Amino acid sequence: MPLWTFSGLLQGKQTTPWPLAEGKDGQTGVLGMPRYHPDRCDEGCEACAEACPTGAITMRPGNGQDGRLDVDYGRCVVCQLCTEACPTDAMTPSSDWAFGVRSRDDLVWRQHAQSAKASGTTARRSFRRSLHVRHVDSGSCNGCESELQALNNPFYNLHRLGIFFTASPRFADLLLVTGCVTYAMHEPLRATYEAMPEPRWVMAIGTCAVSGGIVEGGYACGHGLDGVIPVDVYLPGCSPNPAAIVEALLMFLDRVPQRVHGGQIVD
Amino acid sequence: MQKPKAIAPGQLESTAGRLLDAGGRMQMVYAWHPELDQIELRYVAHERPLKPFSVWSCRPSEPVPSLAHIWPLLSWYEREITDLFGFPFQDQPQPEPLVLLAGAEPAIPPFDPHFPAGVELSVKASKISLPEVAGAEAAVQLMPFGPVRADVLESAEFLFLYIGEAILHLSTRLFFKHRGMEKRFEGKMAEPGVILAERVSGVGSVAHALAYCQAVEIASKCTAPPRARYLRVLLAELERLYNHLHYFGHLCHTTTLKVGEAEGKLLEERAKQLNGRLTGSRLLRGVLALGGLRRDLSPETWLSAELEALRDAFAAYAARLEDTDSYLDRLITTGPLEKEVAFEQGATGPIERGSGVDRDLRRDHPYAAYADLPFEVALRDAGDAHARAQVRMEEVNSSISLMQQVLDNLPEGPVLEPCEITPRSEGLGWTESPRGTLFYAVHFDEDAKLARVKVKSPSFSNWRAFPFTVHQTNMMDYAINEASFGLTIAGCDR
Repeated sequence: MPLWTFSGLLQGKQTTPWPLAEGKDGQTGVLGMPRYHPDRCDEGCEACAEACPTGAITMRPGNGQDGRLDVDYGRCVVCQLCTEACPTDAMTPSSDWAFGVRSRDDLVWRQHAQSAKASGTTARRSFRRSLHVRHVDSGSCNGCESELQALNNPFYNLHRLGIFFTASPRFADLLLVTGCVTYAMHEPLRATYEAMPEPRWVMAIGTCAVSGGIVEGGYACGHGLDGVIPVDVYLPGCSPNPAAIVEALLMFLDRVPQRVHGGQIVD
Repeated sequence: MQKPKAIAPGQLESTAGRLLDAGGRMQMVYAWHPELDQIELRYVAHERPLKPFSVWSCRPSEPVPSLAHIWPLLSWYEREITDLFGFPFQDQPQPEPLVLLAGAEPAIPPFDPHFPAGVELSVKASKISLPEVAGAEAAVQLMPFGPVRADVLESAEFLFLYIGEAILHLSTRLFFKHRGMEKRFEGKMAEPGVILAERVSGVGSVAHALAYCQAVEIASKCTAPPRARYLRVLLAELERLYNHLHYFGHLCHTTTLKVGEAEGKLLEERAKQLNGRLTGSRLLRGVLALGGLRRDLSPETWLSAELEALRDAFAAYAARLEDTDSYLDRLITTGPLEKEVAFEQGATGPIERGSGVDRDLRRDHPYAAYADLPFEVALRDAGDAHARAQVRMEEVNSSISLMQQVLDNLPEGPVLEPCEITPRSEGLGWTESPRGTLFYAVHFDEDAKLARVKVKSPSFSNWRAFPFTVHQTNMMDYAINEASFGLTIAGCDR
């Protein structure tokens, strides 16, 4: 055992100073949501909408006021097929993975998106330095769990931010839900939510929990959290990477501002 | 792919018996509807290495005998067919729902062509079936655990019948996460199927998408160009690497070796960051395509050095683990799985190789570029948790060696040969995923759309074998034993 302590100490500090200070977020090269540039669209071109496997991109009937397409990042599984299909670079790959929002509307692209300041005086204020979270898998592919588990590795070391995973919903302030809510997990999910003390909040982690994603529909899949339990933060992604989850948690606690408005990052 | 051999329902038992006597191995059975009101059973069998898998087709008009008494591993497949297709098997030893929650069975089964579109299952009260306890009722206690468990884990329920510290019986209730994924493929074109296959089991994205691509390529007689086949090996081994590193972090968590847990998880994080840098996805998604890869990867300049650094770090870590008594004491003799049980119950991957069953599809039925790349298959005989861990330990090393061979011998050229789908065709694809054998069977209809996709994930096989290592053991060993199997639930439940 002393050998382990010694070898551990020899490795030095492995935790990134990000996001509290300048440092690596560990996401070099990781692709996020494709960026939509409506001014580059060709009249009559539907290539991206045809390529999209989840219906995140749909053609708008008639010529809309702003973009020609309806782009819903709450349905995007980051497959990048639209960026390959688009002949005019109207859909481009990007590193915009930090897509946590408080309102589902903010995941839908719109022109003239403006940032709104967080009040900073919400009921969450007293949880800013000590938040206990409980995770429920309501029918995921295990990709989101893989990235949630990574939050406790030495690189991200979530504890240092005052955020802790707890074993029981009875001690939890925030419920992190992954998966599309299968018919069989519907009741266990509701029971877990009901077991939490008030005030209680819910974060939908991953595109399946936000909208059902690529598996939505069918006889067993479900449609995500909306209509099952109330949602306070939506974080699409497939899977959202650990840094995106960290940002969304800090945004929920009003420790960093919400960056995404109208389906685009507005700093 | 070999043409399926038609077998009359009356010949099933004798044919299955001959396969067993000849030293072959049954893989799975699945069902599909070649015509509206005609069900067809497909048995997939392995006769001997380097010979194509044989496929038997059987079109029954009435229930056929269960083959579980010859091949116990078939029991779960038969029960799945009964749940999803409504097709019964005579003398099935456990005739109760498996894939659908008890109490959720719809009047028309979901894979019946007459199942109405838009209907979603629901379950009110689900009854739990457990063995009866006779005689010592007062002493035997029941502990239900799940489906929402402690920590960040996938959903499943475990029911323990126990006395004090001793576990008498474990019933697993999986399939809470059943999403009906196989049905989600139906009616789709072949290309979006790749995106869907990547999302059947997140930590097996490459293995699933690769098996799917290979099944479609076999159906349509396409071949991926050499560079793509080499890069496919690279992706598959990168997936094995981060999964196996995760395994050790988690195993140390259950043996409460805290620094070992932290180091294992840090190594996994390093591997995942390499994935992100190489492909844009930490889970290696969005690269595979029918007929090759969606885009070229250029790993030659930096990946090799990073992998070598990871190999050295893991070697030091593994040596320290194997020199730590508190860790070894918890693993050695824990959860033994005998070779016969592993074979009969269909255990696969590092689990069967830890119990002395020498099988690895990369060597026995090579795909992608594995035929060109020599490697040693790790094997242990002890069958305990330690043997399962040691197999994975060796595989980390052989995995990095395979990747270095790919990087040294990477052919030049294109990475995509577009693949045109042949209508009314079918194909069987397979990979040796980090957790074992994975099969995709695909059938196309006359419009070249997917008519049926069967997914056989390794965890479906290993969850069946797992309870055999739990009965008559103790509670303290349970979590360690489960971690030593390294199972996922998403792929099993689908």
